[in-house]
Amino acid sequence: MHATPVSRYKNSRLSVCLSALLAALAPYAASAETPEEKGLAIAIEADKRDYGFGDFEAKMTMLLKNKKGDESLRNIRIRTLEVDGDGDKSLSIFDEPADVKGTAFLTYSHSKEPDDQWLYLPALKRVKRISSKNKSGPFMGSEFAYEDIASQEVDKYTYKYLRDEEIDGRSAFVVEQVPTYEHSGYTRRVAWIDQERYVPLQVVFYDRKDAKLKTLSMSGYKQYLDKYWRAEAMYMENHQTGKTTLLSWADYAFRTGLSDADFRKNTLKRAR
Amino acid sequence: MLLQIRRYAILLALAFAAWVASSPAAFAVDTRGNVAGRAQHHPQTARFPDQPGNQYAVLGEIEWYFEAESGDAFTLKPYARAELHDGGDTFFDIREAVYLTFGDDWELRAGISKVFWGVTESVHLVDIINQTDFREDIDGEEKLGQPMVQGTLLRDWGTFSVFVLPYFRERVLPDRTDRPGFGLDVDEDAARFESSDAEKHIDGALRYTQTFDDIDLGLSYFNGTAREPRLIPDTNGTALVPFYPLLEQYGVDAQYTTEGWLWKLEAIYREDDIESYGAGAGGFEYTFVGLFETAQDLGVIGEYLYDERGRTATTPFQDDVLIGLRWVLNDEQSTEALFGVITDLDGGGKAVNLEASRRLGESYKLNLDARLFVDTRGDPQLDAFGRDDFVRVELAYYF
Repeated sequence: MHATPVSRYKNSRLSVCLSALLAALAPYAASAETPEEKGLAIAIEADKRDYGFGDFEAKMTMLLKNKKGDESLRNIRIRTLEVDGDGDKSLSIFDEPADVKGTAFLTYSHSKEPDDQWLYLPALKRVKRISSKNKSGPFMGSEFAYEDIASQEVDKYTYKYLRDEEIDGRSAFVVEQVPTYEHSGYTRRVAWIDQERYVPLQVVFYDRKDAKLKTLSMSGYKQYLDKYWRAEAMYMENHQTGKTTLLSWADYAFRTGLSDADFRKNTLKRAR
Repeated sequence: MLLQIRRYAILLALAFAAWVASSPAAFAVDTRGNVAGRAQHHPQTARFPDQPGNQYAVLGEIEWYFEAESGDAFTLKPYARAELHDGGDTFFDIREAVYLTFGDDWELRAGISKVFWGVTESVHLVDIINQTDFREDIDGEEKLGQPMVQGTLLRDWGTFSVFVLPYFRERVLPDRTDRPGFGLDVDEDAARFESSDAEKHIDGALRYTQTFDDIDLGLSYFNGTAREPRLIPDTNGTALVPFYPLLEQYGVDAQYTTEGWLWKLEAIYREDDIESYGAGAGGFEYTFVGLFETAQDLGVIGEYLYDERGRTATTPFQDDVLIGLRWVLNDEQSTEALFGVITDLDGGGKAVNLEASRRLGESYKLNLDARLFVDTRGDPQLDAFGRDDFVRVELAYYF
């Protein structure tokens, strides 16, 4: 579960073709480019800039708040492995709340097909393969849906560049993104992409009736390995329920030597 | 039996102490556990004298996970339960006391451990390694620790495990005063075994699992002492004596996952000196995601349960259908409920089952379970529990 809702593109043939094409057309692009092409080009550029991170581990804390102000805390450790030519593999291990401590969630995300997901339940020592149809469902009761924190692939959306706009004192591209995968809870998202760093600063989500549902604000970007930007804070506000979730990231470590062997269904039992 | 387990525990503790002493590196210790209070109410008059209307228990377990820098780890997990009503017992078990070492493509576990095999909701036919604690719950999901050495190879062609099981654990069964129960004591000390080595017969098992795209497949073979005893009345007719035959079991479990559907199948073939038979369970779970434009999910479960022995089966589920609903609210408190009715197509008996849970605050969890046994007259195995309907409330604190 890579948590940057910016699309990252993998070394597929399409990407190579598109990159070559875009490079060739670059000098003329400004005039010839349609809004759809420009939206896609931004997504590809963002993906390219995040390519090659290899793997990372991080700690994630979610602070859930309802309208009355009741708070609830989640602590999760995340490990992600970049996979060439396909979506990432990721493993989430729950530390809090205590009753789900040790629960592990393994995802093989794919750009075209549905993701593969397994859940490990420590009390029963049972590994369950679960349906990945549940993209729109809340992750751990939070305002983040599974699809919001899943590995983001360029192919999962179609794009349309809307305008340039200043946000939080930074210049951004405003791009509309329409999910191409099935069972999304959204008709579309509108993302504000930082023009300098190609990372999202804000995303607005529209529900199936195209009503404004949620706003995600991302802040505290830090650069790792002199290349990869990661937000420290992701604040999701649900406009329809008044609930909020503040997702904070800590202890990012890149290229820790994770491999396919750390993302196997059959070793979930010893995932710690 | 308890003495044997204690001996194992002491041996393991000594081995663990030696391991700690010999390792200069620091250990990371991870602790988790829970304690719970429980009340169980039976609305009907008991069939047998001395069976109470209400049962109370406190129970808990704690797990320590000691991890060396190499990743090698030792897990220790004791469990205890004290029943507080008249005639109640105390029970202690080592659920886990196991050493784990591993490489890129292999794992070795030695000690008291637990494994789970299988996919279906209604019954767990394939799952045979660990003995069942039926006093804790009659759903067959509460397991005792099993002494074992487990070697696993993790290869591209699949995952292959070999189990050597050097000591047998007797099934924990309800006694005279327990409900649901048979109104008779089970004389565990008098238990008889087909093997002359009794509990010390060395059992063995093999397991292969592999994922083929949307299909998760498991194959298994077990050779050793049956986990399920035949219960034979003693000469006075005042107690039941368990008899544990030797058997071979071949098992297959598979799940096909697509869109909102999970298709599940478990089948076994068992052979002992007295009989050989097949049994199976299969069906589906379909999930409606985002019910009525809310965040809630509703799963519909259907499974068919079969046992070739028919009426002579040791299980009431020989020709039965499970219809179930799983309701998941996806709220902050992780509220969910599983409701199921297993209906005997043969005799018409029904086992009704409700399991609901909700987190309270950050550290507490409230569980509500209800089990009803309806129209049991045509279903002799289920009829034993015919007046043992119950509602159980449990409040657990997790740390």
